[in-house]
Amino acid sequence: MKLIDNLSANNNVSRPVSPNFSRRGFLQAALVSGALVLTARFIPEPLWAAEGEAARPFEPSVWMSIAPDGTVTIVAHRSEMGCGSRTALPLVVADELDADWTRVRLEQAIGDPKYGEQDTDGSHSVRSNFDLMRQVGATGRAMLISAAAAKWGVPAKDCATEPHFVVHTASGRKLGYGEVAAAAAKLPVPKKEDVPLKERSQWRYIGKESNSLFDLPEIVTGKAIFGMDATMPGMVYASIEHPPVLGQKIKSYDDKAALQVTGVQKTLTIDPFKPPHMFQPLGGVAVIADNSYAAFKGRKSLKIEWDSSSNEVYNSGPFRKTLEATSRKPCKVVRNVGDVDATFAQSAKAGGKIIDAEYYTPHLAHASMEPPVAVAEYRDGKVLAWAPTQNPQAVQETIAGVLGIKKEDVTCHVTLLGGGFGRKSKPDQVAEAAVLSKQLGKPVKVVWSREDDIRFDYFHSVAAMYMKAAIGADGKPTAWLQRTVYPPIGSTFDTKAVYADDEMGLGWNNLPFDIPNHRAENGPADYHVRIGWLRSVANIYHAFAIHSFADELAHNAKKDPVQYLLDLIGPARIVALDLKGDEAEDAKQYPLDTARLRRVVEIAAEKSGWGKSPMGKGRGLGIAAHRSFLTYVATVVEVEVDGRGQVHIPNVWTAVDAGTTVSPDNIRNQFEGAAVFGTSLALFSEITATNGAIDQSNFHNYQIARMNRAPRHIDIHIVKSEAPPAGVGEPGLPPIAPALYNAVFAATGKRVRELPLSKTKLV
Amino acid sequence: MIRFKVNGQEKTFDGDPDMPLLWYLRDVAQLTGTKFGCGMSLCGACTVHENGSAIRSCTTPMKEVSGAEITTIEGIAPMHPVQKAWMEIRVPQCGYCQTGQIMQAIALLKENKNPSDQEIDTAMSGNLCRCGTYQRIRAAIHQAATHQAAKEPA
Repeated sequence: MKLIDNLSANNNVSRPVSPNFSRRGFLQAALVSGALVLTARFIPEPLWAAEGEAARPFEPSVWMSIAPDGTVTIVAHRSEMGCGSRTALPLVVADELDADWTRVRLEQAIGDPKYGEQDTDGSHSVRSNFDLMRQVGATGRAMLISAAAAKWGVPAKDCATEPHFVVHTASGRKLGYGEVAAAAAKLPVPKKEDVPLKERSQWRYIGKESNSLFDLPEIVTGKAIFGMDATMPGMVYASIEHPPVLGQKIKSYDDKAALQVTGVQKTLTIDPFKPPHMFQPLGGVAVIADNSYAAFKGRKSLKIEWDSSSNEVYNSGPFRKTLEATSRKPCKVVRNVGDVDATFAQSAKAGGKIIDAEYYTPHLAHASMEPPVAVAEYRDGKVLAWAPTQNPQAVQETIAGVLGIKKEDVTCHVTLLGGGFGRKSKPDQVAEAAVLSKQLGKPVKVVWSREDDIRFDYFHSVAAMYMKAAIGADGKPTAWLQRTVYPPIGSTFDTKAVYADDEMGLGWNNLPFDIPNHRAENGPADYHVRIGWLRSVANIYHAFAIHSFADELAHNAKKDPVQYLLDLIGPARIVALDLKGDEAEDAKQYPLDTARLRRVVEIAAEKSGWGKSPMGKGRGLGIAAHRSFLTYVATVVEVEVDGRGQVHIPNVWTAVDAGTTVSPDNIRNQFEGAAVFGTSLALFSEITATNGAIDQSNFHNYQIARMNRAPRHIDIHIVKSEAPPAGVGEPGLPPIAPALYNAVFAATGKRVRELPLSKTKLV
Repeated sequence: MIRFKVNGQEKTFDGDPDMPLLWYLRDVAQLTGTKFGCGMSLCGACTVHENGSAIRSCTTPMKEVSGAEITTIEGIAPMHPVQKAWMEIRVPQCGYCQTGQIMQAIALLKENKNPSDQEIDTAMSGNLCRCGTYQRIRAAIHQAATHQAAKEPA
């Protein structure tokens, strides 16, 4: 998502690239020890325009090289947290290069603005880089062909390629890529318009079922290196006791007992952040030890007195009431179509039906299986870090800011991530390692426990939604009002932020329904914990409210929910939206097309056998369809509610139109996973606070779906499309909770309007 | 001095006897294929074998492994039928929990050569996967059972 860019740009955080740049790749070749090295530099247009080219020294970034032995090295500049980006983008390069994938090695990029934006989030790795990666590969292929043609003394147009070879079509002569790499490197780089891209029918890898994760063999043998596995020679281990309430500072502490623990070396303090907290360390007391366990054990013996913080007022029960009260009054209008108020007034006067409902969703923690961890060394004013980060450039900026050094003096290597889900876009733990290393004069590995991870997350926001509709004679709404209220992610970057401006595009200012009078509003809310983005972000609560409410209206009108949803979406058309900035840019290439939305609804319904046969007692189907990250998704969930009120999920059917796809099986895996992630938050997960401190701590009280409670069968249907590629990591998630709740209503007649379901007794 | 075996090799340990086996494996023996996930036997990422049975190394103190034979993912000769099935079904997303899942699955298939869905659920529900690969894990265990049956003539 682009929130970080927008928000930090608003808050004067120096960013290497502005959020809204169009990337212009300038390719050029270089000869490095006999290898063809294809390089590119990016000039973000606004910066270029503002500062002039001279302000940005030419720093070519190496994307791809071919060694004399034919080994192709492709740089993966996005992080791998399980979504497949590290594999997908190099696959696109390899395809256009016509390389043999078995002879490709990947080099994970360090954080560097020369790669453009590197924040692996917002489900946009492929869609933002697809064209560029094609161009990088195709340019290399064109140059290899030219080099081989020159060697043979034949026209380049008479040559073709097969994987890893240039072929002279007429004579059948072949030259391996490695054999012509050095000659190719001496050639001028052709202009973009002179480089032919493959036809879709010529793709060998893009869109193929056979693609699998590059790191799969290392993962199943335990050889894959995650952040938790990174080491540096001479490093020590640190575990940090953070202030339980955001903003608390150390008043005093006693480490005598901690220092008696075997393996504990010393304790150090970390300064509290200066508001806004952004990605700075929370502050606290670090126990430095010979190993992780000694550091954890030592921490248990620390005695710390914290001073007070204004966030000690934070209690989840009363806070919910505040959010709900705000949602019942007019708020800031973020989209207006027609006249909602007049329609409500007319409807009331005419004795028409008006329906309203309130929905509530709690904080969530990311709970990646790998807790936050990092290793860093500070030496001579420079920092070297290894981290499982979604955003190595944010590591550079954060450490530079905290230590007062230049971001160019921070080198961040990216390991594999043991899950990310948005948590690992925030590198506070990497900064902790750098701060401690500076104090100690040696490399430090900071290891967060699961308890640290859950208590000190950047939480998915708690939210309250108010929905109201006037119903016409045909059962369809003539007016639809929706209000949403929650502490915004902006509060992480601006202490005064109370409106969720940057989250509005996440399923709130773009309702794709055919309703003549519609208003979307957003109400203010204060923050008391760190708020951040979690997989699909505000789409989670927005989709929950919208699609629960749509289902309520369907049942109220005694209509079939699928047909009613299709009626709400209305005829095939491009929805007119009043968007700004990035969203407006996206809308040009990715207009909101209700034909595509209708199609996924129809497919999901058909696959599920919707309406074909009566469901037995305690069983039901529910549907929801939500477009997010430019991808159209519809999901039908089947539930079975047993005699004890426990919900089982025999089936989930999801239809997805994500445009052009790179690795279909990986997409299925993402959407299967989203069904499980969605089940977790629908059935189990909730974070609450008491007097500012988080109540949950580990998987016993912050529950996520286990195999026996996850959906039993998940069927993913990918719509074939030649539209530009859209997101796949996140968009599977938003429809799950509302579809599941709608199924629960169908099964039991109980309408539950808050997450998670475990808080409501069904029998 | 605690004496035990890891992946067939004799080892000794004279550090804190309360140290969980997990941290010995990771921080002392540098066998990092075994993962830290919760420290409370709630997630299964740290699963290894003690004398052939699956245990959670995060809550197994070193003092309890005296005389034991510990096998970690590094001690499984690739490609074990379970690893092969994991590759074929393309189970992993991020992959962090998968070594624990694989060790649990190997232990399951040792005791039950052809587990039902229900038996797989029972055996595997202690292993969390936040990416949500459960459906593929279940399919891969069935496939591994088939591979093993083919390898071992009846």
